[in-house]
Amino acid sequence: MENSISVKLKVWRQANPQAKGEFVTYELQDIPTDTSFLETLDILNEQLVERGEEPIAFDHDCREGICGMCSLYINGHPHGPATGATTCQLYMRRFKDGETITVEPWRSAAFPVIKDLMVDRNAFDKIQQAGGYVSFNTGGAQDANAIPISKVAADEAMDSASCIGCGACVAACKNGSAMLFVSAKVSQFALLPQGKAEAKKRVKAMLQKMDELGFGNCTNTGACAAECPKNIKLSNIARLNREYISAKCSD
Amino acid sequence: MWLFKSSVGRKVVMSVTGLFLILFLTFHALMNAVAVYSLEAYEAVCEFLGANWYALLGTAVLAAGFVIHIIYAFILTLQNRSARGADRYAVTKRPKSVEWASQNMFVLGLIVLCFLVLHLFQFWAKMQLPEITGGEVLGGEEALEAAFSQPWVCIVYLIGFCAIWFHITHGFWSAFQSIGVNNDKWIERWKCIGWWWATIVMLLFAVCAIALTCKFAFGCDCIGAC
Repeated sequence: MENSISVKLKVWRQANPQAKGEFVTYELQDIPTDTSFLETLDILNEQLVERGEEPIAFDHDCREGICGMCSLYINGHPHGPATGATTCQLYMRRFKDGETITVEPWRSAAFPVIKDLMVDRNAFDKIQQAGGYVSFNTGGAQDANAIPISKVAADEAMDSASCIGCGACVAACKNGSAMLFVSAKVSQFALLPQGKAEAKKRVKAMLQKMDELGFGNCTNTGACAAECPKNIKLSNIARLNREYISAKCSD
Repeated sequence: MWLFKSSVGRKVVMSVTGLFLILFLTFHALMNAVAVYSLEAYEAVCEFLGANWYALLGTAVLAAGFVIHIIYAFILTLQNRSARGADRYAVTKRPKSVEWASQNMFVLGLIVLCFLVLHLFQFWAKMQLPEITGGEVLGGEEALEAAFSQPWVCIVYLIGFCAIWFHITHGFWSAFQSIGVNNDKWIERWKCIGWWWATIVMLLFAVCAIALTCKFAFGCDCIGAC
């Protein structure tokens, strides 16, 4: 059984990074509730193109919640009101008939708007380039059980590695802090033997880069973890603090 | 120096000074509680501290703790505001798991600061300061009477205690998170310990303020009743 709703989309329009942006409200009739939010924007864009208007620019790629490309701050939540899901996994059944849905880009000094709802998230790539990797050749696969890794550590490292780098943590944080992202990337290596060799160098380099790029300071509000589409845990930030403090103390 | 130049370092400074201030508040509350039992005993505590070298050293360290915590609060808040960017969100919602206090620490801190100025003016400026400068020194009971004979003081103090309570319920566990002493198990434990710690310490303060107001403003002597 399929229902249809009509909604008003209040969308942030901004022609280029320097231009002054503003909200424009669009009305959409009879949208099936099984339509995804991004498909709804596609429908709106088709109508805009037909009317000869500029379509809305927004980021998207895999549309199955794993690439980290989609963004959008919808009704006060990064990736919309659903928890543990990205915008592409958000469906119109989450909204009421006649509702006005406010759609904004991520807002952070380190994520400048490129156009409309699209922001420049290169800052995350720069942090990764600073140390978010294992730099030596690991050679062929080890014999099984040659280096025992506890189930707890393996699970935590896997959970941390599930971060898709979408930037929802920065968007949700009132301080525009990237600590949840950086802590997930540091944790996934810090917990495993492969990452331990460069652990101190890595945490110092990534954190220094994060500070340089103009992200804010973490005040432990926990909004990042609450809004994270991959449910990255706040304990990663404690681990990042611990790794950084011990690395600096051993200098 | 990483304590000043890195974001984690600055948070460590906030965390360590904050924990130190919580410890101070705990001792302060215990010393106040003495006044509710016996004003004579309270007078003895005041005399013991006075302006001896150890009390002056303690005051200097304490003042440094306050000043660093407050200065860093301003620096961090300014940095965090600019990191948010020039455009603000039109619609924001606070997720359920996010405490109200955690997003209003600076405002709560400002209220505490105003309260602190009043409190120093009422007590420190009349007790320890004149002892150093050689002015007229008020005794413990006299200072309490001068302050709590006016009922508005009690109300202002209770507002101050509420602000400190909110500030500590977030600050306590947040301090342990900032120095990395936290994980999935301990986060709820720290929150629980912090809540009880803040509640007990602030209740002690509130009981003292109310009992002293009853005595000095309304003539209803309940000191020593418990």
